[in-house]
Amino acid sequence: MIKIWSMKKSEDAAAKKKPKTSAAQIRVQKDLTELELPETMRTHFPDPSDLLNFTLTITPDEGMYKGGSFTFSFAINTNYPHEPPKVKCIPKIYHPNVDLDGNVCLNILREDWKPVLNLNSVMVGLQYLFLEPNADDPLNKEAAEELRRNRDQFVYNVRQAMRGNNVKGIQYDRVVSF
Amino acid sequence: MAAVNGNATSSDWDDRYYHIDQILDRPGPRTDPSFQAGDDVKKFLRNKCKILVIGAGGLGCEILANLALSGFKDIHVIDMDTIDISNLNRQFLFRPKDVGKPKAIVAAEFIMNRVPGVKVTPYFGKIQDKDEDYYMQFNIIVCGLDSVEARRWINATLVNMVDDDNPESLKPLIDGGTEGFKGQARVILPQLTSCYECSLDMLNKPTAFPICTIANTPRLPEHCIEWASVLEWPRVYGDKRLDTDDPEHINWLYNIALKRAKEFKIEGVTWSLTQGVVKNIIPAIASTNAIIAASCCNEAFKIATSAAAYLNNYFMLIGTDGVYSYTFEHERRKDCPVCGGESLDITVGKEWTVERLIEMLVEKEDIQIKRPSLSTSKKQIYFQAPPQLEQATRPNLEMKVSELLEDGDEITVTSSTLPFNLSLRIKYT
Repeated sequence: MIKIWSMKKSEDAAAKKKPKTSAAQIRVQKDLTELELPETMRTHFPDPSDLLNFTLTITPDEGMYKGGSFTFSFAINTNYPHEPPKVKCIPKIYHPNVDLDGNVCLNILREDWKPVLNLNSVMVGLQYLFLEPNADDPLNKEAAEELRRNRDQFVYNVRQAMRGNNVKGIQYDRVVSF
Repeated sequence: MAAVNGNATSSDWDDRYYHIDQILDRPGPRTDPSFQAGDDVKKFLRNKCKILVIGAGGLGCEILANLALSGFKDIHVIDMDTIDISNLNRQFLFRPKDVGKPKAIVAAEFIMNRVPGVKVTPYFGKIQDKDEDYYMQFNIIVCGLDSVEARRWINATLVNMVDDDNPESLKPLIDGGTEGFKGQARVILPQLTSCYECSLDMLNKPTAFPICTIANTPRLPEHCIEWASVLEWPRVYGDKRLDTDDPEHINWLYNIALKRAKEFKIEGVTWSLTQGVVKNIIPAIASTNAIIAASCCNEAFKIATSAAAYLNNYFMLIGTDGVYSYTFEHERRKDCPVCGGESLDITVGKEWTVERLIEMLVEKEDIQIKRPSLSTSKKQIYFQAPPQLEQATRPNLEMKVSELLEDGDEITVTSSTLPFNLSLRIKYT
């Protein structure tokens, strides 16, 4: 009797030894395969077998950042969705809510993150920053100041920075292809 | 030395367990019908029951002492930390001479010296070092952890271990946790009651300040410290990881934060606050730990002996305004990524292609699935989106399932029509 049990046990143990997919991994699979991105957003996986590290490129088709191509890196850790994904803007851009090191001020990436949010919400949130830059939550203070004081000048600065020119002594990365 | 009740060992003396035996020698009004008062239950508790304690910190010290004193004699303990001087005010199994030594080992030695006849087996390392065979040997697992990540890991491991054909594979998990004057104790019966992952949305989110406030309008000492750790550290050190256990790293942050605080005329940046903010330390209260650990051990005792009904299933303690406690049944979540979702065994022919498998899933009426994406824990099989991954996995559609998967492999299926996921176990005809 005991022998039969122990045999069964070892058989089960062998069958169960295969690694299980982690909760974070399943959730990322679900988030990614159900993404409904508009034409203006595209994901890229440098290593397609690694779902936790990828980039998102936003090419706004309206607003003052129209024509630019903005790439963000996404790094997701095993504590997702308890913790939000880590998102950085790769090119150096002139934007009130993005600083020169690529940090992004978007509430749902930090203080307002909740596990019910998903990658789609983060991506839509990022796109929104290019349609409606927000001078009230500045990370690039000068840009925010300019947006508040003189919108036309701000739009001009955005165009200059997107072409890879100098704005107020700071060299920005070229993000337009024309 | 008299052999009381026939189950004495050399280290038991008369009436050693007098008080505990009051509970085990006779049934009470709330005892389980299966409870057999007397020697058998004592023998099980004292000679057979193997219990694992995860964490030998604030809660762990209390849990180990309580279990040893209530008659558990085969206790194992895991902890990956070493003793810090700041632990000594409440982690009473440690002395100043132990600073720097592994918590698990020192705690085990202390208990064995203090409580005769109890064997405590320590493991100094991570819970992730151990596999299912290791966890399978225990009857009960008690957690006194301070990390969400570790809890999620052990919870998922125990839920996945449950095998319907083997009742022994279901390990009751008793989870204790404290934060200042608040705490909780809960009983998780994997696959039967709500699991840790089911209640993930109940967690308080860690305090985070808007990054724009940190960057531009700091008002609190915490804002200055976050400025140093969130913005300045990556700017100066790039990809080098901040090690919050390294005093030199904390020192660097402290000096940067202090400079910024002076600039904005903010008072209150200290070394210990810096450490507290970056490590997200909430002051530990010894009495909260004592209450929660007592509750956990009480549950362990009841589950081991069936001497009384166990907690169903969540006890919370709020000691911030007086002493308030609330007990309720936390319900399972159907869409829980760990214990929810469906699990199906499916039989496929050796010659089947992945495409045929997907068609079969879509046609299956009982699961109602549309546009499924499939993967194993190691690789993607077919993803419906995003376009790049669809393209990368498309060649697999033509491949035979048997070329990609072995008999018994598990596939994770997600789809927008499923609340969470479906797991399939492949069997070949």
